[in-house]
Amino acid sequence: MTKMSRGGEMSRCRRLLAGGALVLVFCGAALAEENQHDPYEGFNRSMFAINEVIDKFAAKPIAQGYDNVAPLPIKAATGNFFGNVGDLWVGSNNALQGKFGDAGIDLGRLLINSTIGIFGLFDVASEMGLEKHEEDFGQTMAVWGVGDGGYLFWPVIGPRTLRDTAGWFVDSYGDPVWRARPISSRNSMLTLRFVDIRASLLPADKVVEEAALDKYAYIRDAYLQRRRNQIFDGRPPRLDD
Amino acid sequence: MMKKIVAFFFAGLIAAAVQAQEAPDALIKQVTEDVLEIVRNDRDIQSGNTQKAIDLVDKKVLPHFNFPHMTALALGKDWRKATPQQQQQLTAEFRTLLVRTYSNALTGYKNQKIVYKPFKMNAGETDVLVRTEVLQPGSKAVQLDYSLEKLESGWKVYDMTVAGISLVTNYRDQFAQEVRNGGIDGLVATVAAKNKSLEVNLVKAEKK
Repeated sequence: MTKMSRGGEMSRCRRLLAGGALVLVFCGAALAEENQHDPYEGFNRSMFAINEVIDKFAAKPIAQGYDNVAPLPIKAATGNFFGNVGDLWVGSNNALQGKFGDAGIDLGRLLINSTIGIFGLFDVASEMGLEKHEEDFGQTMAVWGVGDGGYLFWPVIGPRTLRDTAGWFVDSYGDPVWRARPISSRNSMLTLRFVDIRASLLPADKVVEEAALDKYAYIRDAYLQRRRNQIFDGRPPRLDD
Repeated sequence: MMKKIVAFFFAGLIAAAVQAQEAPDALIKQVTEDVLEIVRNDRDIQSGNTQKAIDLVDKKVLPHFNFPHMTALALGKDWRKATPQQQQQLTAEFRTLLVRTYSNALTGYKNQKIVYKPFKMNAGETDVLVRTEVLQPGSKAVQLDYSLEKLESGWKVYDMTVAGISLVTNYRDQFAQEVRNGGIDGLVATVAAKNKSLEVNLVKAEKK
């Protein structure tokens, strides 16, 4: 019973967010802004400002604490563990994109790392030459020809295009961590993964602070370039100048 | 006897020519290894001495970069509207900013390994991509690619992409925004002000 109602809350929350995203599309269409890559710039900049505050006072200090306290082998094992947990979904997305060879590699990685790699704590597969891939449902939709729907910035979640926001919801269904029970362990794992990811971005903070004329725009354009690179698996066609 | 001498002479000429026209992948590898060798043995740079890293980049890396081309790429079509003097000013300021970013990345170096991807080039090509990867324990390899073009003075880097993000074209929208607000001169002033504020931070950090 409790499981049901919590599940219900989850999906209600997701539906609300998805609805919000739809409303945005109409707003964006009404107020076409100057930048063609960023139709919802006004909304995004306010969300970005909120996120800066959350990051400054919560996410970043916690990530820094974790980074200082946890020894390298622990951090590596944490990253490997979540990487391994995600490999089945990565493989599914490779298969959905018609890349069956890559999907086979992902499945092989999952089998090897879950066994020889002791529940994924060690990435033995990479050492054996089975390279880790980065795939998610947003990329799968892009390969299927779905447009990106415009750039969005969400607090906590960070940058996502409209397509990738939808993809993120689908990813959370395919993600074993979101399915972990009891809810308290699921929440601890989600938090640990968030902190681990934030900690891995700490070295980039200084670079962005120093390099950017406008931090918001720098992060936006970096995200859009990065996604394009991921969609084309590291070999995007050249853009004309 | 004479034949031998002539053959020897020609062999020497060819060797010299080959050296002058070093292959782009060999150039990237040599510069990277040179720089990392220095960083590995320099405690100051490892502990975050940006000024020392900047000096190293100035000496070892800058000669192999084509900054006017980088600046033109970052500015896009507004580049042709700029006067030669504006182009020169912007190039100088942008160079300072990029060198600082690159130098800062060097101070974060912690025994990462660089893997050089197989490189193939057709005869007569003058614009190539050299692909490398940065390996670090416990995280995914990061793609690091260099675009090079062949000039009279040899191969020069005109763009660098980290994990698919071009350090140069990532400025395009920000530059365009500044040009819309204050013209090319406004853009030059903004980048100069940014450099100045970083300079102040650097002085503060050294006093600490």
